[in-house]
Amino acid sequence: MKRSLLHVAMAALGALALAAGLAVVILLYAARQHALAAAVLALVAGTVVVYTSSRTYVWRYLVPGIVAVLFFILVPMLYTGLIGFTNYSSRNLLTFERATAVLLARTRGTGDGMDFALYRAGAGHRFEFTDDDDRRFVSGPVALGGELRVPLRAAPAASAGASEEAKQEEPISLRDVIALQPALRLVVATLPDGTELRLSSITRFIAARPAYTRNPDGTLTDRADGAILRADHATGFWRRPDGAAVAPGFRTYVAGQNYRRIFTERRFFEPFARVFTWSVAFATFNTIFTFGIGIVFAALLSWEALRFRNAYRMMLFLPYAVPAFLSIPIFRGLFNENLGEINLILEGLFGIRPSWFSEPMLARSMVLLVNTWLGYPYMMILCMGLIRAIPGELYEASAVEGAGPLDNFFRITLPLVLRPIMPLLIASFATNFNNLTLIELLTGGLPDFLDTEVPAGSTDLLASYTYRIAFRDSGQNYALACAISSIIFVIVAALAVINLRLFKVDREKP
Amino acid sequence: MAMVETGSTLRWKLLAAHAVLIVAALVVAFPFLMIVSISLRPGNFTTGQLIPEHLTLEHWKLALGISYVDADGQVTVPPFPVLTWIGNSLKVATISATVCLALSVTAAYAFARMKFRGRGPLLSALLLFQMFPSVLALVAIYALFDRIGDLVPWLGLNSHSSLALSYTGGVALWIWLIKGYFDSVPIELEEAAAVDGATRLQAMVHILLPMAVPILVVVFALAFLSAMIEYPIASVLMHDQDRLTLAVGSQHFLFPQHYLWGDFAAAAILAGLPLTLLFLLTQKWLVSGLTSGGVKD
Repeated sequence: MKRSLLHVAMAALGALALAAGLAVVILLYAARQHALAAAVLALVAGTVVVYTSSRTYVWRYLVPGIVAVLFFILVPMLYTGLIGFTNYSSRNLLTFERATAVLLARTRGTGDGMDFALYRAGAGHRFEFTDDDDRRFVSGPVALGGELRVPLRAAPAASAGASEEAKQEEPISLRDVIALQPALRLVVATLPDGTELRLSSITRFIAARPAYTRNPDGTLTDRADGAILRADHATGFWRRPDGAAVAPGFRTYVAGQNYRRIFTERRFFEPFARVFTWSVAFATFNTIFTFGIGIVFAALLSWEALRFRNAYRMMLFLPYAVPAFLSIPIFRGLFNENLGEINLILEGLFGIRPSWFSEPMLARSMVLLVNTWLGYPYMMILCMGLIRAIPGELYEASAVEGAGPLDNFFRITLPLVLRPIMPLLIASFATNFNNLTLIELLTGGLPDFLDTEVPAGSTDLLASYTYRIAFRDSGQNYALACAISSIIFVIVAALAVINLRLFKVDREKP
Repeated sequence: MAMVETGSTLRWKLLAAHAVLIVAALVVAFPFLMIVSISLRPGNFTTGQLIPEHLTLEHWKLALGISYVDADGQVTVPPFPVLTWIGNSLKVATISATVCLALSVTAAYAFARMKFRGRGPLLSALLLFQMFPSVLALVAIYALFDRIGDLVPWLGLNSHSSLALSYTGGVALWIWLIKGYFDSVPIELEEAAAVDGATRLQAMVHILLPMAVPILVVVFALAFLSAMIEYPIASVLMHDQDRLTLAVGSQHFLFPQHYLWGDFAAAAILAGLPLTLLFLLTQKWLVSGLTSGGVKD
């Protein structure tokens, strides 16, 4: 009974997943993402094979996890690399098709406009337009709401005699006209000669014509001066004959341009080099400090003669257990230059008020200080585990030799902990190299360098620098951010491979 | 470390050790004591003693979404929907932890119990992937969900499902942790079940998983926690104030022009305390999993 229930459940789950997969394919196909639809279809087909063939039995177990890793780690990584070769940014945000559609939808006012008045006509309304030469155009009754084309016909001018009939009914009040604005915005009034008029202000329509028309060869013609616009796919802009770019730009591949910029153009290379140097220094110092403090506490807490060891351990572990998104802003408040408790204490004791957030070196020290505080408990716990594995005889032998605690620490504990902990130190270096959360929540990268064209801060790490380029500073240069991220990927990959080697060596030794 | 020592030198050394540890514990405790004190002080700018002269619950009321009326009858409404943010975080973290666990269990089983070609390289690859922080793919994640949102609005930017899904990248680590635990569970019971005619799936579901409940609970808790405290991705994917997660929303208290120090302190304790306790309960599994992960195979 139990057996069949389990298998029925799995089969039902499989059928459900298959249906979901096919639904995604149909959805993608309907959205004309044909390549993507084909890829997902291939994936679904592959999965069906895996779950029906007996030769791929192991993969029935592996597929969920491996596919998740592919989708949520590998795909974003590859996509990052891909965007690094484009010009994707707030200036080149749209696809080519969308950017072209935007241009084609653009209209240009001819300068002519007409004031209008609205009259009630049964359940709907009736327009009466008056142009600047006092010519009148009127419409039939229309029901406002939704896209609407309203043909106008010429009416006798509003002379003294003709106004007799107009006097019989009053146009609706301005307040009502304002209430109707959303509906009026969707109205296109057409004159007998074909000119189209659209709402331009509360009581005025202006004549507008499409600014561009598409030519059979794919170029656009500017209707104002007849200039031919050509799509420049190398830079992602429609260009006029004189080379001037017409916004909006579109996304396109620009090969290695972002990388060339980073490494050859001074205004990009200088902040990059500085931020890179600080990232390396920050990660190195931080690894050394957290490990140094961590192993000292671990050695102390491993001393069996010491009482209250558990209480101390609990207390010293606390910084690691409190969520960083809370403890980092707490420090930002405590370090506040005017109101922060740290400066109040420093002023009381030494009469100084360091400007933690505006002096580059002080800001960097503060960042290191806070992150050491956040990170040493992790090292402490790791070291305690490793110290426990050191045979007690070593310390007994050293005591017979008359060695002191410092000798014990530097000759026995440190060397024996250092080797196995090496991979974790490298991992810690990699993590802190990319510690975006710390910088973003503590300083936001500030204080900024004053002498760089591209904004960068003295506490910015490469990761927070890319975050700024992509999401914070104006310009939102996604492509440049992805190019820098790709460079960091290479660095992290190198560290990861070294790490794996160290792991393997460890694995072969015992 | 075992010290073979007696006499008065030992006593002095012990005293020195206690002194060092007590000072360290005080340094560690300082920010926490400070924040408790700040949450109980009236106003958002006041500075004062560690033990406030006037205790007030105004910040706590505001954090819990209750308007505060001061002595002059002036009403302060809660500046931010803290409880909504906590709810959002709980929702995203629960979905993400469930998905993570469901996706990683079977793969961990295969790595722990089956022999197949490419097992070693795959395991190494998982370890490698686990080292790449998702913040590096932030732009790609943003752009991907922007595109997906054009096709499926409920999975696009500003949706909780997109956030929960993007946290699924953690599976590489979770597979490692679960596999490590499976390795330590004796295989004999499963073999006996196989002799009785149980399939692999049945052996896994009815025999191994009940014995592995602790690690499943721990991985769920860790995945849950890591989603609760994640900031960068959530800050990029979410826009609307009442859809933010706590990690993103709580940063809104401390803008230079709008510095709600006391309100932040109360909200931080309210949200931080349960998360801290949960982490203290699960941390030893994470640490032992990380250290043993590379050594054992």
